[in-house]
Parts: sequence; structure tokens; C-alpha cells
Amino acid sequence: MPAPSGRADAAAEAQRPPRLSVRGLKTHTATVERLDVAAGEIVALTGPSGSGKSLILRAIADLDPAPGTVLLDGTDRNAMPAPDWRRKVGYLAAETGWWAERVGAHFADRAATAPLVARLGFDDGVWDWEIARLSTGEKQRLGFARLLAGAPQVLLLDEPTGALDPEATTSVEALIEERLADGVAIILVTHDADQAARLARRHVTIQGGRVADAGGTP
Amino acid sequence: MSDYVQLTYGHVAMAAIFLCLNGAISIALGLGLAKKLAISAVRMAIQLVLVGLILKTLFDISSPWLTLAVALIMGAVAGREVLSRQETPVAGLWGYGIGTGAMVLSGGIVLIFALTLQIDADPWYSPRYALPLFGMILGNAMTGVALGLETLTRAARRERPAIEARLALGATRWEALRPFTRQALATGFMPSINAMAATGVVSLPGMMTGQILAGIAPTEAVKYQLMIMFLIAGSTGMGVLLSVLISTWRLTDTRHRLRLDRLTRST
Repeated sequence: MPAPSGRADAAAEAQRPPRLSVRGLKTHTATVERLDVAAGEIVALTGPSGSGKSLILRAIADLDPAPGTVLLDGTDRNAMPAPDWRRKVGYLAAETGWWAERVGAHFADRAATAPLVARLGFDDGVWDWEIARLSTGEKQRLGFARLLAGAPQVLLLDEPTGALDPEATTSVEALIEERLADGVAIILVTHDADQAARLARRHVTIQGGRVADAGGTP
Repeated sequence: MSDYVQLTYGHVAMAAIFLCLNGAISIALGLGLAKKLAISAVRMAIQLVLVGLILKTLFDISSPWLTLAVALIMGAVAGREVLSRQETPVAGLWGYGIGTGAMVLSGGIVLIFALTLQIDADPWYSPRYALPLFGMILGNAMTGVALGLETLTRAARRERPAIEARLALGATRWEALRPFTRQALATGFMPSINAMAATGVVSLPGMMTGQILAGIAPTEAVKYQLMIMFLIAGSTGMGVLLSVLISTWRLTDTRHRLRLDRLTRST
């Protein structure tokens, strides 16, 4: 039984809509019946290869047409232009995309991003690096920094450390923890069961093309 | 036109002697081109003779509606050609409509402009002027539009991760596709620019050559050629711009998603 003062807090908490709320979202391979992620919470989305984890993240980011309801702090995504939605609900693809020749051109505000990039193991010279000469791991870390630079309120991370060594993985996980402390809600797709166990208290699984989440914490 | 040399069909047949020689060489060397050469030469001869007869009839009738109908048929055929030159065009009627519509619209505007303000034909729709001009305009627009659209759809497929990365970071569809839209426009404009740069130095344009052979003073033929080149470049530019922008719009949706599912599947 919580203490009386705690009960008032809990009541206020119950009134507030979850940071991210998904209802009846249909992709080509799976349906998310119900999934809520609170501010400061991280949920690991698991399931066999090809079960459509990436498609679910893409659908939440509104990158593929998908019927269903997705709310951010109670506001429907269709109530705002799609670019605004994606700035708030940031999606990191497993394969990062690059559209200019050099790293620097992909960052709107280099000065503000420099500390972030430094923590992921890059020095100031990185802005002049050619994209074509980056390793997969470098691309992944820079893509992660690029996403965080926009300070989204929700992060949809698809294998964010899939190509990283243990040291870089630790840096990325530390940044993830900091975002959680700032109240960011995160859905993590990872093949690394240890990572899922380290970061997420709640695990949601795709089974038979369905994602159903009671909403509680085990 | 006093020094115009009238050709007989015998003269024309004589010119084919060298083509027959090519065929003989192909047979001797086992190149396997003789049959193709023969078929395409005969096809060309039939096509041109028929076109000559049709044009003569059209000129004699000089009906505005008939002229319009023939112009539209030309546009429709050019549209098919644009479609067939793309590996994965936009699916459905859009794929055909975008290229055809852009060419017919931009070509039509330029044609009517030229007929009414420059050539001052009487009547302005006179098929003698309208149809050959429209043919030249369409032929060039076709090359530009096909190149532009092929470049755009190819880039959209190949650069999907880059485009979606920008969209995911909050770019609008126009921002995300801008580098590829620009690339498509530049590629579509390139044949017109190259043609203008090389004309007169590397080759004499066919129309000008024809006029000179038909007895027109070269300085007069040049004026016609210049006008035609400006009209062609102008209409090709408009056609490329229209078709690439409409395709960019069609390849994305109002929620600023990249919609590669609206391309025909590559086979």
C-alpha cells in the first residue's frame, strides 16, 4: 500500500496521458493493439527476425501509411503536420541515411552537437569527414547524435548499437539513460538480449502478428 | 525556291545502294545485322511515305479539328515513348499522364505562341506549320522528360535511406527530395544545352540542312533554325520542370512520406 502522499501523486500520474500511446496500429506484418510508453520509460520491443519490429517503429514515426491511432502526450499525430510529428517522435533506422558528401552538412547546429559527438568518440575534425569513408559503426554513432541533436520527446531506436564495439555501446547506452532521466519515452528494438535486460524493465513481444501490452510493469 | 532540285523515286532508290553495301559487308563478316538493317530501312521507307501522304492530305483539308486530333495523337505516342524509357515509372495512369500531360501542355503553349506571334501563319492553326513544328518540339521534349523522370525515379529508389533519414528528422517532402529533384532537372535539361552548344559547329541541324538543300539562303535558314532551337529548349525546359515536380509530388504524400509503392515494380 502506498503512503497517503504517494497516493495523490499516483492519482495525478494516472490523470496524465502517457507520453506515447499506440492503439490498433496496423502494419503489413503486425498489429499493435495497445502500447503505452510513459515519460522516462523505455520499452524493449522483441520478436523473431522478420516479425515486423522495424515496420512498427516506421509506422509510429508515420513513415509508412498505417491505420490506427498514435498519440503524443494525448495529441493525435494527425493534428500536426508530419514533419512536426517526426521532430518530436524521432526514428533511428538500423541503416542510417546520408544525403550530403561530408558529415558536417548533416548537422544543423554543429556547436550545440559538438559535446554529444565528442561523447560518442569523435573529435572536432569529424565535420570534414567524407560520408563515403565512414565505417558502419561510425555512421551509426553519428546518426544517433544527429537524432538526439533535435531533442525529440520520443525515441524509436532500431538496433542503435548493432554495429558498435562494447565501448561505443556503453557510450550510447549512457546517453539513452540520460534521455530517460529527461523524460523522453523510448521504444528499443534490439537483438542483444543483455542490452534489452540492462536498459528496459518492460519487454513487449510480437506474437502471431500481434503486439498486446497490458500497460503495467512486471 | 527556283533552284530547288526535284527528286525522283529513282534518285531515292539510288541512295540506298550504300545501305545495301553495308548489308553485304555484314553478311560477309557474319555480323548478323543484315536482317535488322533491311527491316528498319523498309520500315522507315513505309513510315515516311505514309506520313508524306497523310501530311499532304491534312494540308489540303486544313481543318483545325483534324490538326488538333493529329497533334494529340503525336502527344500520345510521345507519352508512350517516355513511359517505355523508364525502368520503374510511376504506376497506373499517373505514369503515362505525367509525362504526356507535361509535354503536350508545354509543347502546346510554345507552339501556339510561335504560330500566332512569330510565323503568323494564315490560318494560325495551318497544319503545314503546326504539325512539323509540334513534331520537332515534342521529339526534343520527349528526350528531356524521359531522362528527367528516369533520373528522379531511379534516385528515389536508390537513395531511399537518405531521403527517409531526412524525413525522419522532420524535413518536408520537398526538402528531402530536393537534391534528387535538382539532379533530375539538370539531367533533363542537359540534351537541350548540349544541342545548343554543338549546333552549327559539330553538325548542321537537319531542318536547316533541308532548307538549304531546298534552295533557301543559309542566312534565312539560320533564322528559322534559331527560332526552332529557342522554342525547343523552352518547351523542353517547361516539360521537364512540370513532369519532375508532379512526379516528386506523386512519389510522396501529404504526410510527407516517400511512397515508392507508387512506382511500378521493377521486373
